[in-house]
Amino acid sequence: MIRAVVVAALLLGFVPAALAVEPGEMLANPQLEARAEAIGKQLRCLVCQNESIEDSNADLAHDLRVLIRNRLTAGDTDAQAIKFVTDRYGDFVLLKPPVEPATYVLWFSPFAILTIGALGAWLYIRHRRPVPPDEPLDLNQRRKLERLLLEDQ
Amino acid sequence: MTWRRALYLLPLVGFVALAAYFFYGLSSGYNPELLPSALIDKPAPQFQLAGLNGAVPLTNQDFTGQVVFVNFFASWCAPCREESPILMDLARRNVIQLYGIAYKDKPADATKYLKEYGDPYRRVGVDETGRTAINFGVYGVPETYAIDRNGHIRWRFVGPLTPQAVQSQLMPLLKKLGAS
Repeated sequence: MIRAVVVAALLLGFVPAALAVEPGEMLANPQLEARAEAIGKQLRCLVCQNESIEDSNADLAHDLRVLIRNRLTAGDTDAQAIKFVTDRYGDFVLLKPPVEPATYVLWFSPFAILTIGALGAWLYIRHRRPVPPDEPLDLNQRRKLERLLLEDQ
Repeated sequence: MTWRRALYLLPLVGFVALAAYFFYGLSSGYNPELLPSALIDKPAPQFQLAGLNGAVPLTNQDFTGQVVFVNFFASWCAPCREESPILMDLARRNVIQLYGIAYKDKPADATKYLKEYGDPYRRVGVDETGRTAINFGVYGVPETYAIDRNGHIRWRFVGPLTPQAVQSQLMPLLKKLGAS
């Protein structure tokens, strides 16, 4: 039993994340292939939309993988290869949207909301009325308390 | 200090605004899978495709000076069959110049498909590799593009055309581009 668990853990740890890239698609040059994979991971597969083209088995993803590898082999820089795809499919293909006026809300609203929240918390704490100090017990109350404590013992 | 009291309502107001926005998103029929084309108002990509059945090749040179519609289809594509009667109707009424591009299809299969479901196209080019489709930004068939007299893409429709889309989008566009 323990052995099975250990084996399972080892397998989970060492099996690399399965990519959809087929052996036939890979470039012989490992440096180019690594660049192509890095680019492919940034690009959205438009058929499945939440997978990168590197992860997707869709036909179009396959075509785009091959295309990017062709572009890199032809001497494109990474930026040129990415631009080739965004020119045709728009910025939506980028899994990480670029920072530009149209995406400012997306990028900066979390910080704006955090700032507003911090400001609100600061104002609240600053204007909080101090809790009045406890009034001391009078004689009757003290007696009652002593009685109760004695009863408890 | 009533305005301070009102401040406590702010989260509620925020929640209602957000809920209304989400409800709008769910109910307005917005489909995140339908993407705007990156090529709107840009020149249509250059291409030269083998004509179906040994016809002369189809190139974008054939479109110059005319308002044309280009429809990407495939024999293996089920929604294309759904769309076919609408395209046939447009062709019969002769309202648009419609060209077809067979996406990732064998010429024999495309020919058979057009025999079976009708051929609404003036001419058909065969894009067996799908490269021309990628240049257009196609990410599924069917897709329909409108190209104006200057060779610029003016409209893209993803998925099968519907009578509503023809009425509300295609016809007004046709009028605007001054075709007939």
